[in-house]
Amino acid sequence: MKANEMTIVEASRALRARELTVRELWDACAAAAHARNPELHAFLEIFDADAAAIAAAQKRVDAGDSSLLCGIPLAIKDNILIEGKIASAASKMLENYRATYDATVITKLKAAGALFLGRTNMDEFAMGSSTEHSAFGATKNPHDTTRVPGGSSGGSAAAVAAHLAIAALGSDTGGSVRQPAAHTGIVGLKPTYGAVSRSGLIAMGSSLDQVGPLAKTIADARILYDAIRGEDTLDSTTIPDGLYKAREVPKRLRIGVPRRLLGEGLDKDMLATFNATLKTLTQAGHTLVDVELPMSAHALAAYYVIMPAEVSTNLARLDGIRYGLAKRGETLLDDYIDSRTSGFGTETRRRILLGTFVLSSGYIDAYYRKADAARAVLRREYDAAFETAEVIAFPTTPSPAFRFGEKSDPLSMYLEDVFTVTANLTGMPAISIPMGFVERDGKQLPVGIHFTAPHQAEDVLFASGEAVENSR
Amino acid sequence: MATVEEVKKLAALARIRVEDSELEKFTSEFDAILAYIGQLESLQLPASSFQLPALRNVMREDGEPRAPDTYTEKLVNQFPAREGNALVVKQIITHD
Repeated sequence: MKANEMTIVEASRALRARELTVRELWDACAAAAHARNPELHAFLEIFDADAAAIAAAQKRVDAGDSSLLCGIPLAIKDNILIEGKIASAASKMLENYRATYDATVITKLKAAGALFLGRTNMDEFAMGSSTEHSAFGATKNPHDTTRVPGGSSGGSAAAVAAHLAIAALGSDTGGSVRQPAAHTGIVGLKPTYGAVSRSGLIAMGSSLDQVGPLAKTIADARILYDAIRGEDTLDSTTIPDGLYKAREVPKRLRIGVPRRLLGEGLDKDMLATFNATLKTLTQAGHTLVDVELPMSAHALAAYYVIMPAEVSTNLARLDGIRYGLAKRGETLLDDYIDSRTSGFGTETRRRILLGTFVLSSGYIDAYYRKADAARAVLRREYDAAFETAEVIAFPTTPSPAFRFGEKSDPLSMYLEDVFTVTANLTGMPAISIPMGFVERDGKQLPVGIHFTAPHQAEDVLFASGEAVENSR
Repeated sequence: MATVEEVKKLAALARIRVEDSELEKFTSEFDAILAYIGQLESLQLPASSFQLPALRNVMREDGEPRAPDTYTEKLVNQFPAREGNALVVKQIITHD
């Protein structure tokens, strides 16, 4: 087995068994990344080897250090700050912005001995579901390079799926970790809102954003999640352990299925693959429960009010004055307008305008407050559903990965996230796990099954994921 | 229905410009999105779902200052233009 094709569990075992050195593991990943990046464009930048960090990791491995991430090369989404490295959020606005500090997740990964292979491509400021909105060109899906890898964490997903990195970090505001994981055949986790610090994550929608792992297996996703989670004084939205009711992880899961939501818009073979996966789960002793989540039908509309409102607020700081792209015109107002117009791409500008609209006087009650109330109702419906089920399951996406340019109309792109946004709105943790393949134009394309669990019940998600992995 | 004029006004509020060549396409796409999120308007929701956010103080007590200049050079390096450790900006108030 090639070193870059290993999982975190396999690589850390091989390092400890002296079958592999940290340097060899790094070189295998870096070589694969350099060889395939011209084709896939998963990385915006592949970092040079940090000899000191590699040596330090090797020393820790040799001394029997228990950190499974020690010496493991990871890919990091371009909106997560690594001190001294560029963090551009795939935008012209921050093309030359160099991070002045480490994100808390990076501090934690450095402490665990992990290595950083490069920064990965994404939709600009994490707005999109295909990476086509990157200011630096799209990433390609390793399963079919005529198709998108999903987004916005498409670069991270493609890097892991193509074995250019052992695992990766992404960020998820409406499905941006889970949807690309589904489209590239890997595991993607969005943790509970507040489980992982966002200090040093370039903000998109502050009531929705979470950093999450993209990995080859459930076990790997869990290792990464355990390494990055925890309360942080630098992010006041982080939560302590045990804030929510503790949930048992039963041997036999009750899996809630919102059948009513799985009609229109879902490809037939997606539904068939989903049903087949559920069947293997019931054969393994788990049970299916019908659940009703009627507000889910309006979740995407609510999301497309709340998210742009937060986007327009968060991106207001990028004005061309203190850092980032700085165009200079006749007046100070020209400086702002010229910098923001040249710095932001079309989709970013669209969402800023939408946010400005839904927050404007006369519309805030009809849109923003209504969306916020719909969000509260959605959360209650989920809470009620979790009285009868431990997890709720549906397909991660309505269709497999689509072709470049296929969703050029913005609304059709937004519908990609129709299933995943609910977890961001409720703040509940959710995971996408490969459930098989569907065929399009003679190519086998991976598809994912999605589980949502109650707040802080990530363990139930991992158990659900393992049940799917074991049923294959 | 969003109009070209409304989009222009929103853009001005948001300190961005939508170029004339893209205004029409932008407006029609904007309109389609508004029609979609407009489904919220007819939604009947219980009064109990309209809640004010629960506020709590997230500010820490003052104290434990960092050593001066810990971050100064790194931050100042990001300035588009600097004079020493100061950020150069346009003069806003003139005397004429």
